[in-house]
Amino acid sequence: MKINDVILHSVTKVAVFIILTLAVYLFFSGHHNPGGGFIGGLILSSAFVLLFLTFDVETVKTAVPVDFKTVAAVGAFTAVATGLGSLFFGQPFLSQAFGYFGLPILGETELATVTLFESGIALVVVGVVVTIILSIGEDV
Amino acid sequence: MITFMLVASLILFGVAVGIALYRIIAGPTLPDRITAMDFIGVNLISVIGVISVLFNTLAFLEAILVMAILLFISTVAFARYIERGVIIERKRDR
Repeated sequence: MKINDVILHSVTKVAVFIILTLAVYLFFSGHHNPGGGFIGGLILSSAFVLLFLTFDVETVKTAVPVDFKTVAAVGAFTAVATGLGSLFFGQPFLSQAFGYFGLPILGETELATVTLFESGIALVVVGVVVTIILSIGEDV
Repeated sequence: MITFMLVASLILFGVAVGIALYRIIAGPTLPDRITAMDFIGVNLISVIGVISVLFNTLAFLEAILVMAILLFISTVAFARYIERGVIIERKRDR
């Protein structure tokens, strides 16, 4: 039976970009406000879950040709590597630093090394959550 | 005065959530329970909005967005489960 779900498709094509924008906003507001890598990764994976719900697994796999287990592995390596980077400066493991730099367009900007660590966390969360959802939702 | 109105609205939202909770527990069919769950989620979003007005802060607005997104996705998933019996399909038939 052919099921007509054009409303869900039309809503999803717009809502996915809103969800991705919110995920990026939450990821970058993580230093002083609610947010961070874990929450941003969860919202990002919820966008992927919405795509998997609306379309099927094959379509999304051809549209986003990444292996999510590899994404989780790369994220874990990034998080541990940025933690190890502080050892080269004689600081304890996972020490973070920040500084204020004058950028051309943005002006005075705070750049922190914790953003790299948070990007690793976000990749881990996206990979693990999407892998779990696909493993559970896969019917026999 | 405005504080009294906000607190009264919070109490009424609590009563509405209680009524919806009765519908979830005693609901005869699955769509009744899903609609009641959606109703509770919308009421929670409204409660967060009222509380952020009451406390005069902007810190809760991300929680509203996140809860709205999760509510939308969960409602879509339940509707998909009722309609087809399978939530994530391997391959669409078209």
